[in-house]
Amino acid sequence: MTKIEAIIQTSRFEAVKDALKESGIEGMTVTDVRGHGRQKGHTEVYRGREYSMDLLPKTKLELVVPDRLAETVIEAILKSARTGKIGDGKIFISRVDEAIRIRNAERGEDAL
Amino acid sequence: MRKRQAAAVFLMLVLAGAGPLAAQAPAPQSASPAAAAPAGAAHGAAASDGDLASLRSKVAQLEQQTADAHSAGDNAWMLACAALVLMMTGPGLALFYGGLVRKKNVLATMMQSFALMAVITVVWAVVGYSLCFHSGNPFIGGTGYTLLHGVTSAPDPDYAATIPQQTFMVYQLMFAIITPALITGSIAERARFSALMLFMVLWSLIVYAPMAHMVWGKGGLLNASLGGKFPTLDFAGGTVVHISSGVSALMAALYFGKRVGYPKQPMPPHSVVLSFIGACLLWVGWFGFNAGSALAASGLATSAFVATHFAAASATIGWAGAEWIRNGKPSVLGAISGAVAGLVAITPASGFVGPRAALAIGLAAGVGCYLMVATVKAKFGYDDSLDAFGVHGAGGTIGAVLTGVFARSSVNPVFHDNAGKVLPVGLLDGNAGQVWNQCIGVAIAWVLAIVGSLVILKICDLVIGVRVPEEDEVEGLDVTQHGEEGYNLEA
Repeated sequence: MTKIEAIIQTSRFEAVKDALKESGIEGMTVTDVRGHGRQKGHTEVYRGREYSMDLLPKTKLELVVPDRLAETVIEAILKSARTGKIGDGKIFISRVDEAIRIRNAERGEDAL
Repeated sequence: MRKRQAAAVFLMLVLAGAGPLAAQAPAPQSASPAAAAPAGAAHGAAASDGDLASLRSKVAQLEQQTADAHSAGDNAWMLACAALVLMMTGPGLALFYGGLVRKKNVLATMMQSFALMAVITVVWAVVGYSLCFHSGNPFIGGTGYTLLHGVTSAPDPDYAATIPQQTFMVYQLMFAIITPALITGSIAERARFSALMLFMVLWSLIVYAPMAHMVWGKGGLLNASLGGKFPTLDFAGGTVVHISSGVSALMAALYFGKRVGYPKQPMPPHSVVLSFIGACLLWVGWFGFNAGSALAASGLATSAFVATHFAAASATIGWAGAEWIRNGKPSVLGAISGAVAGLVAITPASGFVGPRAALAIGLAAGVGCYLMVATVKAKFGYDDSLDAFGVHGAGGTIGAVLTGVFARSSVNPVFHDNAGKVLPVGLLDGNAGQVWNQCIGVAIAWVLAIVGSLVILKICDLVIGVRVPEEDEVEGLDVTQHGEEGYNLEA
């Protein structure tokens, strides 16, 4: 089983969600995060004092899928999340040792 | 069912209205036969004593009704103004300040304003009103109105002849509430609540009461309307409210010291949205503050209303415009801060200047206070957290001095010679000396605020300790002082 973690532009989230649904992928966890890679932040000014906002809001998706579906997911995300500008985000792939459904204690790929 | 109830209410209103109307109708039965006869036949008949007496009593009755109607209008207006001024503290100031602090301190900041609504009311009732407005000496009032004895529905003609003294008392109370609340802005995010309450009780007696008495109380040293030795024009509280609180705020900021992490650590406002709502409530409430200081629903109230609004408008443009030029963008926080600065500056001038002068005063305050806050503060390095001095201290001083420049007898003929002739009021009116008198009033306000607040701060620090411990400040005042969190949005 493969875990796919994608940090994407918040404005592209709806498009990514639709693309994954079309690919037949169900089940994901979404969090609002802040961060940056090479993208510069911006400056805000309050009553004459400047504050540099380095950490930018992004959206993180986490999916765990059977190994055979990993590439489908990656393709779907790459196509829908890309704008071509710095700040588009990154995808990280890792191995999952086990998955368990809480409702009925099913294990393995059946639990996904 | 509803229609019947409505009809019943309507019928009751008609009967209720008819009653007084019937009572007010003249009583021809007591008149002489001559008066009751048709008009054409009455020519030859002489007017009897009965005629004259009934006419006299009728005129007296009408005069009383006119006075009552006049008083009713004034009293209705003044009670509405009192409510508007209270609204300026809660929620106006509470929201304005609350939005400017970090999320972990929002409740503590709002609590400071709200607690004063309660505490100052009690102090006012016990002895505050008396010390401000009872006759005494040029510096402080007497204790004749302790526990509000003698403060009834009968007017006090020295202050306001057409409204109950109780109305005047409760209106002034709202000023006594908001003035100390303004101070909390300079020491935001680090004040111990209990020490702050002690400070406020002492401050309202030692600094506010003498200042209010000197400027507005009978026999006050600076009272322009009641023969003070150095008549200082202060219509609604430029010296009494803004300079006294703004300068005390500066003293407090210097005494407390900077917040942990200031100025390196970023501490942007957690909600400019809340501050925006607060500022709008302040603008609207200020009509009660300034126009209400006419103490009547009069042409002077209108004039003060207009001046207030115009100053807020030009000050908004001044501050936002200065920011736009300096930073490339006009900020919302700048615009609302500008409005407040203009309202502060017009406060002493509102009942003495015309609309064009109001625009000028507002613009001066908008730009002047922006420079105070954006450059002067950083240069000196003190942590006046929410710019209580930068806006109220500086804006109040600008406004109080400019009042001496722009005040006109055509707006408010406040000075008369012994023959009753109207004298010029301000510099542009022909009385250059008034600017000097304004400076005296301003200087006295500064000195009283500096000395009074430093003494009280020392006392409170010795008795309780004015600042919270560093760990509490870092964790946040909401949790450590009040055991609450402002937002439990995950719930």
